Amino acid sequence: MSELPSHPLKHWTSARVGLGRAGGSLPWPAARDFRLAHARARDAVHQPFDAVLLQHDLEPLGLPILKIETEVHDRATYLQRPDWGRKISSESQALLSEQQTNQGFDLVIILSDGLSAAAAQLQIPPLLTALLPLLGSWSLAPLVIAPFARVAVQDAIGQAIGASNALMLLGERPGLSSPDSLGAYLVRDPKSGNTDANRNCVSNIRPAGLEPAAAAHRISWLLHESRRIGTTGVGLKDDSDSLPIADQGRVM
Amino acid sequence: MPWTTRFTGKSHTFADLRELMAKATPHRSGDVLAGLAAESAEERVAAQAILADLPLAHFLEDLLIPYEEDEVTRLIIDRHDADAFASVSSLSVGEFRDWLLDYETDSAMLAALAPGITPEMAAAVSKLMANQDLILVASKCKVVTKFRNTIGLPGRLSVRLQPNHPTDDLKGIAASMLDGLLFGCGDAVIGINPATDQVSTTTAMLQLMDELISRYEIPTQSCVLAHVTTQLQAIAKGAPVDLVFQSIAGTQAANESFGIDLAMLREAREAALSLKRGTVGDNVMYFETGQGSALSANAHHGIDQQTLEARAYAVAREFKPLLVNTVVGFIGPEYLYDGKQIIRAGLEDHFCGKLLGLPMGCDACYTNHAEADQDDMDNLLTLLGVAGCNYIMGVPGADDIMLGYQSSSFHDAQYLRQALSKKPAPEFERWLETHGINDEHGRLCENPAVLLDAVRNLGLSNA
Repeated sequence: MSELPSHPLKHWTSARVGLGRAGGSLPWPAARDFRLAHARARDAVHQPFDAVLLQHDLEPLGLPILKIETEVHDRATYLQRPDWGRKISSESQALLSEQQTNQGFDLVIILSDGLSAAAAQLQIPPLLTALLPLLGSWSLAPLVIAPFARVAVQDAIGQAIGASNALMLLGERPGLSSPDSLGAYLVRDPKSGNTDANRNCVSNIRPAGLEPAAAAHRISWLLHESRRIGTTGVGLKDDSDSLPIADQGRVM
Repeated sequence: MPWTTRFTGKSHTFADLRELMAKATPHRSGDVLAGLAAESAEERVAAQAILADLPLAHFLEDLLIPYEEDEVTRLIIDRHDADAFASVSSLSVGEFRDWLLDYETDSAMLAALAPGITPEMAAAVSKLMANQDLILVASKCKVVTKFRNTIGLPGRLSVRLQPNHPTDDLKGIAASMLDGLLFGCGDAVIGINPATDQVSTTTAMLQLMDELISRYEIPTQSCVLAHVTTQLQAIAKGAPVDLVFQSIAGTQAANESFGIDLAMLREAREAALSLKRGTVGDNVMYFETGQGSALSANAHHGIDQQTLEARAYAVAREFKPLLVNTVVGFIGPEYLYDGKQIIRAGLEDHFCGKLLGLPMGCDACYTNHAEADQDDMDNLLTLLGVAGCNYIMGVPGADDIMLGYQSSSFHDAQYLRQALSKKPAPEFERWLETHGINDEHGRLCENPAVLLDAVRNLGLSNA
């Protein structure tokens, strides 16, 4: 028996319903489709992050770009030591401190591969191209590229470079149907001791999810609103729908 | 008190019981992350050698978290049944392992023993056991629970139908639900994880499932896995709640991070019992657990994640649940790195839960950043089936599109029942046959009329 492409239940959900059966087991076409989806997700997790290429893609934006290091230098360690992905090396600490200005920056934007290098390479350029024109009145720090980083590294980086807000863009944990989804995390007054309750998240940024241009508007709205009310996190409610539980906290 | 051994030819010293148990634990990433793991393979064996010589009674005196500081510790000590413990009270941990494996130790003896075993004793003995020991002893433990059907009987394997949808769309949920029933799944529970934790959504889902279960007289139960407080509010507003769900952990602080305490769980159980919706029994609670949750909440007290997982089972045991589910690979590779670690943890959790007298099921699962794939889950499912696991998950195509992880599928359940000659819960089995979903050999039939009717009634026809 093979797949039933016109199974009536398929109309109502993107879940893998109506797959048919071979005996009681999965027929080959459905087994094949699953394998491809998982293969893409696995490749996304392990794809090396090409920071040089991303830097090249971002040059037209006209902002200086710094590349720094966390305390993680390989993928296996990144996956097992989230605590090290939240810390920056001492050389990077010094490099960031050299950038400080007397009046400070309004915002530092940090870019990382996170759990999907593909998401970072594909979604960050169009997202920033749409976002930067919306931030005309903000003094921006150099863009910071930080491979193998976790979300909370935005506190260390924001503090070191002297910025009053930090925006972290990084690849999310790949789903079976979304290997290239980017997450954006915003925190006001970045400093050690901030928790997830101090951050706002915009999730699922990819052409088939929240399109990068639409995400730029949402992030801009959150940035301007946080400047108005003086806080991020649970005190800053997004006007749009609340984020689903499943989208929260997975790359912390 | 510190322990030292020269068993390996070198001197190894362990400062206290927490360190000893952590370093005796088979290697896993979460204990490394917590800074608790053995520093060498030899140190691990040295710790196991000392642990094996400890009397079981030691765990009643040397408490991992002080009685005054933690209500889970108080629960463990206050509920300990000295009479049940008497049969093994003179044994060391190593002798207890061998006693469990003895031919003469049977299901009745293990059931009588359960109230005398503490989570720490179960965890300690599991650390000495090979995978096959965990499987063999668990297969001797029989834990049967009831609500609208009977779960955990010998030769039976039930399935939680998990029809989640990323936007809580009721028709999308109904479509996955029917697909699962068509595959003979759903006898453990039809349980939905909501994407948003709201009373209105929870109530709408409960009504959908109640209508389906009532209309087709399905001998099963439903559950919406919202926060317990959300479910309590739904009950107060008259929602048809069968089972009350909650995630639980092994320390008071970790439970506080989930926004719960024991009093709240007690209140929830009373509320569910008051509805009197069970027909063949009154096990009204459904709990989920998973190694690493306490560390993740920074509430682990320097204790290894497997021991803390066993302590969560003391919380579960207090409330006579219908189902306990260890969601073993969901938490990610920083706690269980690869297929090997996930499989080991799944077998440990199933064993410890069963030894403590709990109706254990397992969500054999992994995320895409873990070094695991569907073959690892096949292995774990098969081992759990041999171990007598009460139930597994049934997710369409093993792909949970709401939670974003891979679990076991309806097809996997069919595989396991076929390969190990297991049947669904007896009441559910009869229902499947009556409605032409299964034949008398447990094989699936073509196009059962009842589900085509349900497709129409739920408004899922394409026309």
